Amino acid sequence: MLRLTGLTKRYDRGDAALSGVDLLVPDGEVVALIGPSGAGKSTLIRCTNRLVEPTSGRVELDGEDITALSAAGLRTARRRMGMIFQEFALIERLTVMENVLSGRLGYVGFWASWWRRFPPADIQQAFHFLDRVGLAGFENKRADALSGGQRQRVGIARALMQSPSLLLVDEPTASLDPRTSRQIMRLILELCGERKLAAIINIHDVALARQFAHRIIGLRKGQLVFDGKPDALTPDALTAIYGAEDWSTLPDDDQDG
Amino acid sequence: MTIRMAEYPAAWRKPPLISAAWLRWGIGVLAAIYLAAAIGSIEINWARLAVGLPRGWRFLSSFFTPDFFSHGDEIIAGLTESLAMTVTSTALGILLAIPLGLGAARNLAPRPIYLFCRAVIASSRTLQELIVAIFFVKMFGFGPLAGMLTLTFASLGFIAKLLAERIEAVEVGPLNAIRSTGASWLQWVNYAIQPQVMPRLVGLSLYRLDINFRESAVLGIVGAGGIGATLNTALGRYEYSTAAAILLSIILIVLTAEYTSGLIRERLR
Amino acid sequence: MTPPVWRRRTTKMQWAIWGGWLFGALVVAQGWRFISDITLWDFVWDAPAQAGDMLSRMVPPRWDYAPMILKPLWDTVNIATLGTLLAILLATPIAFLAARNTSPHALTLRPFALSVIAVSRSINTLIWALLLVTIVGPGVLAGILAVALHSIGFFGKLLYEAIEEIDPAQTEAIAATGASRAQILAYGVVPQVLPTFAGVSVYRWDINIRESAVLGIVGAGGIGLQLNASVSQLAWPRVTLILIAIFGAVLVSEWVSARVRAAIV
Repeated sequence: MLRLTGLTKRYDRGDAALSGVDLLVPDGEVVALIGPSGAGKSTLIRCTNRLVEPTSGRVELDGEDITALSAAGLRTARRRMGMIFQEFALIERLTVMENVLSGRLGYVGFWASWWRRFPPADIQQAFHFLDRVGLAGFENKRADALSGGQRQRVGIARALMQSPSLLLVDEPTASLDPRTSRQIMRLILELCGERKLAAIINIHDVALARQFAHRIIGLRKGQLVFDGKPDALTPDALTAIYGAEDWSTLPDDDQDG
Repeated sequence: MTIRMAEYPAAWRKPPLISAAWLRWGIGVLAAIYLAAAIGSIEINWARLAVGLPRGWRFLSSFFTPDFFSHGDEIIAGLTESLAMTVTSTALGILLAIPLGLGAARNLAPRPIYLFCRAVIASSRTLQELIVAIFFVKMFGFGPLAGMLTLTFASLGFIAKLLAERIEAVEVGPLNAIRSTGASWLQWVNYAIQPQVMPRLVGLSLYRLDINFRESAVLGIVGAGGIGATLNTALGRYEYSTAAAILLSIILIVLTAEYTSGLIRERLR
Repeated sequence: MTPPVWRRRTTKMQWAIWGGWLFGALVVAQGWRFISDITLWDFVWDAPAQAGDMLSRMVPPRWDYAPMILKPLWDTVNIATLGTLLAILLATPIAFLAARNTSPHALTLRPFALSVIAVSRSINTLIWALLLVTIVGPGVLAGILAVALHSIGFFGKLLYEAIEEIDPAQTEAIAATGASRAQILAYGVVPQVLPTFAGVSVYRWDINIRESAVLGIVGAGGIGLQLNASVSQLAWPRVTLILIAIFGAVLVSEWVSARVRAAIV
């Protein structure tokens, strides 16, 4: 369970990117985070695992206060938060297997990881996840030889390797075509269901958010302006999040049948 | 969940860079043998080292007490000579490098001229400055003229090569457009090539100015003028404070030149 | 009414440009006058005759001298190779200290590393050799150290610039897994700079072969010693042979370096 209390981030110059966000995500719930560019979606995700240091407020994961942790404690806590990125953020020059195994870096010592000597159980786990995301047999390919959708699958496998209880997902489909986007979203949802994972998915595609998420949160100028079920996302709610616009032309959810 | 983990392999090795095992091991063994032989052939004269190390320490500490004044006029004369060699050789080098670079560009020059220019460039780049300087000193006598000609020869190869590469990479659109207006060859170069190549030429010239100053500090060793002779003398007399002063001046001038040329290149972009 | 006149630049800018050219020309002219004043021109006019005389004495090369230069040639290659290896060993940590995104302490260690790089680069290999010969004595060791000391700056600068230009998303992703600082370097940074690392290493080795061929002139070992001795004894046919040997070594190293760099990219 993730609990954010009064989470605020102020960058050196400019307004607050986040101001006093309160949020509770129970285990197994997939939350889509929508909002205009610059609303603080990415900052919220990065404040949760402190890739960006929050200015004030608390982040608690399963009762542990993440914001109070020392550097070593933070590393241990980050293992429980798998992260998936917009541009995949794979290590381009390493093999698929090394990228997947890098999800275990928080669990193994430096020299073991330097010589790529991961425990046999980790390697079995990695082969299993590659199989699960549909990339069996790809382990020796280099990451830069894969297509966008395949890379995102490697990114998902890497996040799962951490044995997380929470997934932080930053625009997983922004670099993908519509069909691949749906496949990736479906995969993330299935995996969250199988493993009882909570997830915060930061996404700008409202139709995808509506179709796949259990719950939708709207962020505007760093403040929470909507929190509800997907079917509660009325034109009025969209206007509250994005500003006035004729929302009746929003594309339907079943484009690709 | 009923996933049978045991079905998956429990071991994985990163595929090696060189897939043939014999070749991989062969290269490794050869490299080890070479390294052992090379390190083994270093002769260390421990007695000499015992004398030298305190001297080295003295030299290092003299950097905190540099002596700019006992031989002040010699240092100033040497630096002036180095600077004079640097500017004249860079200017002359650019002047000669422009026709040479045009001639060495495959998309501009006829084949025989191309080959000739490439040969000049290759010889200028292969011959180390000091070797050229030895010959020029024999031919023109001791002094900065030999050094200046050495640096000119080195600069012209350096600039011409990079210039030719830049010319070969110009976009062909403007080339054809200008040619179709009925321009002469010179007009064509002036209008279609020069604007594309000019920033590169200025950048290269400034960069070469830095290099020439650094090199000019060396040529004095073989009598081709510049601050190197002063430094050599100071070291020969074990006047470490003077040597430290000279080195600090060189470092200062190099850094200043690098900084200003960086600023200028920034402005030109 | 006069028709409008088209000009490429404004008048003020045009003046500034002319001023710049004039200043440059004056500096060059002044430099030239300085050089010409201390040149013995009688000697210079004699140069073509001198050159002709020298060239005629240089051929044919003394091939039977070849066995005598094998050992110096071997030393030359060793100076370049071991010097480059030593430089890589020393410059790699310095580059990580100097790069803004990996430096552990931006206020102390970074300026320190940057000044090591600046000093090392400003001073030529030959000047380093000059200093080292007075400290460790003449020979191969002085040469190796001189090559290493100058290459640290070159190697360190190119490597730290490559480190600063890496894709930060990859390091961020590794940090997000709970990896330690060392692991972030090993997985997020090292794979990204490896091609530059290898490319610059061979490139510098190629340059160092050229440099170490002349180190002997100041007593720091290698074939330069024979070259210097032959020139001062006016043994021109030997000089020709040595130059051919150096030329061959340079060509081979250039070929090797080009092949290796092509294989990396």
